[in-house]
Amino acid sequence: MERTYHFKHTLEKKERFAPGHRLCAGCGAGIAVRGVLRALKEEDRAVVGNATGCLEVSSFLYPYTAYEDSYIHTAFESAGASLSGVEAAYNALKRKGKVEGTVKFITFGGDGGTYDIGFQSLSGAMERGHDLTYVCYDNEAYMNTGIQRSSSTPRFASATTSPVGTAVPGKGQNKKNLTDIIAAHNVPYVAQTTFIGNFRDLYTKAKKAIYTPGPSFLNVMAPCPRGWEYPTEKLPEICRLAVETCVWPLFEVENGIWRLSYAPKKKLPVEDYLKMQGRFRHMFKPGNEWMIEAVQQSVDENWDKLLNRCNTNL
Amino acid sequence: MNYNERLSGNEAIAFAMKQIDPDVMAAFPITPSTEIPQYFAQYVADGEVNTEFVPVESEHSSMSACIGAEAAGARAVTATSSCGLALMYEMMYVAASSRLPITLACVNRALTGPININNDHSDSMGIRDAGWIQIYAENNQEAYDNFLQAMPIGEHPDVRLPVMICQDGFITSHALENITLLDTDSVKAFVGEYTPENYLLKKENPLAIGPYDLGCHYMEHKVQQAEAMKNAKARILEVAAEFEKVTGRKYGLFEAYQMEDADLALVLIGSSAGTAKAAVDRLRKEGVRAGLIKLRVFRPFPAEELAEALRHVKALAILDKAESFSAHGGPLFSEVRAALYDLEPRPRTVGYVYGLGGRDVTPDHFRSVYDRLARIAAGGDLGPVYTHMGQRE
Repeated sequence: MERTYHFKHTLEKKERFAPGHRLCAGCGAGIAVRGVLRALKEEDRAVVGNATGCLEVSSFLYPYTAYEDSYIHTAFESAGASLSGVEAAYNALKRKGKVEGTVKFITFGGDGGTYDIGFQSLSGAMERGHDLTYVCYDNEAYMNTGIQRSSSTPRFASATTSPVGTAVPGKGQNKKNLTDIIAAHNVPYVAQTTFIGNFRDLYTKAKKAIYTPGPSFLNVMAPCPRGWEYPTEKLPEICRLAVETCVWPLFEVENGIWRLSYAPKKKLPVEDYLKMQGRFRHMFKPGNEWMIEAVQQSVDENWDKLLNRCNTNL
Repeated sequence: MNYNERLSGNEAIAFAMKQIDPDVMAAFPITPSTEIPQYFAQYVADGEVNTEFVPVESEHSSMSACIGAEAAGARAVTATSSCGLALMYEMMYVAASSRLPITLACVNRALTGPININNDHSDSMGIRDAGWIQIYAENNQEAYDNFLQAMPIGEHPDVRLPVMICQDGFITSHALENITLLDTDSVKAFVGEYTPENYLLKKENPLAIGPYDLGCHYMEHKVQQAEAMKNAKARILEVAAEFEKVTGRKYGLFEAYQMEDADLALVLIGSSAGTAKAAVDRLRKEGVRAGLIKLRVFRPFPAEELAEALRHVKALAILDKAESFSAHGGPLFSEVRAALYDLEPRPRTVGYVYGLGGRDVTPDHFRSVYDRLARIAAGGDLGPVYTHMGQRE
């Protein structure tokens, strides 16, 4: 953790994600972008990349861009590759003395563009070692097309292609553990975070990710009020509970060293997190207790595995 | 200064790339274009170029990386064939609509289903409406020459479109030919520096690329793109004229071979033109007024120029090295035939689909086509306008 973090001072920095974008109230994507870009040094420029998704269609509607920095969107599955090309161009032009100053490369994708359709291009970019940061704003479904299930959607969640019916109780599969998968690429910096308290965790991880040479990956849980079905003002509470229940643990993997960023004093039961969201509503009907038990068991297993990896005994 | 060298078509393209020394090359191997990134990687390994080589994990990513690089202000190149081009399909539209003058060396190969590694034009013809300039070569010399002309065409402010330089897989990509090369200083002087007006890495003016474009602007953007493609025709001719000054080699939108007084003619693309010219030569010796048009530039499509060149022809065969499964003939047939519609009188036209998946085509095949054209010109029945040539019965 950065000791010098000062919430008020970071908020005084010039915004690089301007107001006037069209994201929904209570959406995590805009918070993620704003928070990550705030970690840029003020004197540095950036090229921001973006996979197709809610963020893209809401932040760059011709002729208005919400970005103070240069920005490129190409397609849904190509954010990793497109930014690889930008970074390669920077290296070539820098060598020829055609670019001034430091430019950093940060790309954003939802879980659709990152866990699923863009997974190959992300993996390629990580493996090739481009000096860029890939940020997934993980809202656990294809929200832009109307809340279809993704490989990031948690088990039992209701989505429009994994609806709750009389025969099927929502999504049948567990969430893919993408942060682990990217860590297995042995890139210099991988971290998982969300919006907690004074944003210190997001800020410090974004700063490390952006300024660690080589590829880095941030997985940011970014709730979606439409898809998760919560009142917009409950976003911080949901993020807090995701962390306190260990559904979404905060950790980082720096040069292969796994480090837990936060351990709840008392791990809360998963119900506390699930009950705030309409997508899990059916799990609280009589006779469906087994679903909550199954989620608790899965969360416990993953948490233990993580503690083990982080060499942490609680 | 020109000098002679014996190179395959792939070597010629790789060598042209080396002489140009682009900022970024992103590529993924696929037969028969694999050698191009392979030779180029060796130039990088030996420090002979100053290029960032991005060995991507797919062709979708090679085009995506080229788009990123070109948007960033760099000159980006790639090479591919067949399924590789098909995998790029989506990104080809993004490159063209973002007005990024990327250069792609396309080594034409049949599209899969069933898998086949040999030549036809189904790959580039399948992507003909993506908004790329398409220039085809008959032989290794033309492949090299066309590649040197690609950037001066595509990067011009009136055009700003990506360019595909196509050659026939194996037939020219792997066959060795004696070709004349331009020395590297002359190549650099001819191709020039890439100096885009706006780009991502420009310090003074950040740029946003790839918007969500609503109905109120989308059509205007498409019309601008269409205008750029119209402008490309004049630019292609300008660049060809400049190229002739440097090399003495003359290029146009198409090559008219023995067409001045031709009654019977073919229109076709690529290496088969060499074979067809042999058939024309024999027929000419027999007193038959045969000629052919080898289309060099398919996009933009030179409709008016073709109509003018074919005005006096009595019977015409248009040969497609690609199926379009329209049940009415290939893409070249449809477009050339439509280009002649307003002529009065107009040539009688038939279409052939030939050479699929590398099926051999010989002077005798073309001879039989001219024989048919002679019967049509003499007042005979047109017969079926859509047939195949060279397949076993």
